[in-house]
Amino acid sequence: MINLASRDVLHGWGKFLFTGIGLGLLIGATLTMAGVFRGMVDDGQVLIDNSGADLWVVQQGTLGPYAEPSSIRDDVWRGIAGIQGVAETGNAAYLTIQMAHAGKDTRVMIVGIEVDRPNRPGAPAYLTAGRPILQGHYEAIADERAGLKIGERVKIRRHDYTVVGLTRRMVSSSGDPMIFVPLKDAQEIQFLKDNDVLVNERARTAANPAFNRPGVPGLLEAAQASATQARSVNTVLVRLSPGADPATVANDIQRWKRLTAYTRTQMEDILIAKLIATSAKQIGMFLVILAIVTAAIVAFIIYTMTLAKVREIAVLKLIGAKNRVIAGMILQQALALGVIGFLVGRIAAGLWGPAFPKYVLLLPQDAIGGFAIVLTICALASSVAIRAALAIDPAEAIGG
Amino acid sequence: MKRNLVLGVLAVAFLVAFGWIVATQGPLAPVKVTLAQAAETKLERTLFGIATVEARRSHSIGPTLAGRVARVLVDQGDAVNAGQLLAEMEPVDLDARLAAGAASSAAATQRVQSAEAALIEATSRAQLAKNSADRFADLRKKNFVSQEAADAKSHEAAAALAARSSAAATLAAAKDDARRAQSELAGTGKNREHLRMTSPVDGIVTARLAEPGSTVVAGQAVVQVIDPASLWLRVRVDQGRSQGLAVGLPAEIALRSRPGEKLAGRVARVDWVGDAVTEERIANIAFERLPVGIAIGELAEVTLRLPAIEKALAIPAAALQRQGNQSGVWQPAEGKTHFVPVTSGALSADGFVEIRQGLAAGDTVIVHSGKALADGTRIKTADTLK
Repeated sequence: MINLASRDVLHGWGKFLFTGIGLGLLIGATLTMAGVFRGMVDDGQVLIDNSGADLWVVQQGTLGPYAEPSSIRDDVWRGIAGIQGVAETGNAAYLTIQMAHAGKDTRVMIVGIEVDRPNRPGAPAYLTAGRPILQGHYEAIADERAGLKIGERVKIRRHDYTVVGLTRRMVSSSGDPMIFVPLKDAQEIQFLKDNDVLVNERARTAANPAFNRPGVPGLLEAAQASATQARSVNTVLVRLSPGADPATVANDIQRWKRLTAYTRTQMEDILIAKLIATSAKQIGMFLVILAIVTAAIVAFIIYTMTLAKVREIAVLKLIGAKNRVIAGMILQQALALGVIGFLVGRIAAGLWGPAFPKYVLLLPQDAIGGFAIVLTICALASSVAIRAALAIDPAEAIGG
Repeated sequence: MKRNLVLGVLAVAFLVAFGWIVATQGPLAPVKVTLAQAAETKLERTLFGIATVEARRSHSIGPTLAGRVARVLVDQGDAVNAGQLLAEMEPVDLDARLAAGAASSAAATQRVQSAEAALIEATSRAQLAKNSADRFADLRKKNFVSQEAADAKSHEAAAALAARSSAAATLAAAKDDARRAQSELAGTGKNREHLRMTSPVDGIVTARLAEPGSTVVAGQAVVQVIDPASLWLRVRVDQGRSQGLAVGLPAEIALRSRPGEKLAGRVARVDWVGDAVTEERIANIAFERLPVGIAIGELAEVTLRLPAIEKALAIPAAALQRQGNQSGVWQPAEGKTHFVPVTSGALSADGFVEIRQGLAAGDTVIVHSGKALADGTRIKTADTLK
């Protein structure tokens, strides 16, 4: 028995294929939107993973260091390192700045990490080129998205930094590429004021009679020196020894050090459930609407395709074809259209995904789910068309 | 049937494209990596620190007593010689006291002269009285004069002798007084001398900290002088990377004002006391040849060259990874990864790390990867990751 559906498709295959490709581009847009949503969540997730920490110790009562500003003294780690269950600590400073590079401003997140030995908490987990930071100052590792090359010198605030390594997927929760620099430099970038402010502050202090008293030489100098110190960090990253319970250690730190400590689960909750919640919902809403629109368009296409074949179906009925055969033909065509659409969509999404400025993550389970939904929608849409086809009067084959 | 063929080819091309997209992008694709081999190499090690230019000897010159500045004779940048007058304090009453001292010293000298004259007179008187008494005693023996007259003369002679002794004592006292007056005058002069601030060394004036008319307390600097030949660098090296810091290490210095120029230096001193707050060690670097136009407080980057490790098994430092609490490397095995714990040692300046344990020469390790690796990740080798 010949397959009616394929014979019909072959009859007008150009039209069928183009319809499929058009549909595919729409599905591609929907898949990309899902990818954008996943990418957003993943940006938050990699931020947590890349820090390599089990606990984040931040200023008491803040949601730092990513969601809220947090500032603690950089010698706090000494106390934390002594707590049972703590294997390693690392100070870290995070700040987002606008960096002028190649004639335009790029938003980057500066990450200050300790560099006295390789793989301290906070350091990038892997490199795609170059080497780790070895000098204590003025070297940087950049995410590829920052557009920097190995050996390039880039000016951040007051100093020039040499890019010694590149890494990938090291981004802030808002998708800005990270630039890793030694902690002491990051502290300077974060807390040291620019020259004009320094000069003005000095003049202000000198004009203050409390700091510039006659008969107390050295007081003014001491007051001014103490104003330009940068001895704070945003967080202490903690690695636990094997078998230590994160919640217990976090509790110890909160209780005895009067700081706030977050475990990985809590940090995920802060970053993913709270920080990117509204923008993720925004994308999610758009994704839902796009899915509904796609479904509607698939239904319309299949319906109009069927209605365009009114005469052929009437002839089939006239020569005594069973309803089952006609329904099967329409369903098969709808599913074929769905399969072509899905394949085109997945290819399209795969091709244009990397061109997006922010990360687009196309998950296999999303693709499989999308495939199932596309086929379901096609089947449902074809049921409307089948109903219309079955209602066609065989007499239309002769009349009309 | 030609149409069927075209459609068939199209369908295959389609599926190949789909397969290619799935296989090269997204989570199912193998992770691209670059490889390197552990090899015996020479490890050039360096230490790096940030330094500021300082003067080894800086002299803060100020008064020893509180007072008002009378004049400041030098300004910033002036070259001065040892002993040169730099500034002077207002003497207030010291000049008057000096004049009074000089006057009383002169008066005391005159009193000495007067006492000397009095002594001469008393001596002469005593001599006269003695001669007279001797003569009367002679005449008394020949009974030419009465016993009473002779006794009176003898008494006169004894009295004149006593008067001479008294005059001699007065002279000694006057001399003592003159010495006291002289000492007092010298003391006042010393005080006056202290108000003159002179340079202790041949050097350069780096700061003029008070102007004439301003009041300064004891010990407050009025002028600062440095010895320009003693300029050196104070370098701060992170404690975590300070192993091997020692006197005599050769240093490469890049001054902020001339970043391209490499100046030679040497570690001249390593402080025993480090900075506990910033967790840094402090050392001083002397220039091999002092550059011209260098300014105190200028920032410099210092690279210290540690003795090289002649032969060590090394891999690129980027290959060193961490799994849990273990440090190690990823090795490729049949297209997949597996983790090998290693013990690492020294780091070289060009990004190599010494492997003490865990690898043998010729072992292949994964250096760069496009993603974080886990045990059993499928990998694909590439020359560079792009």
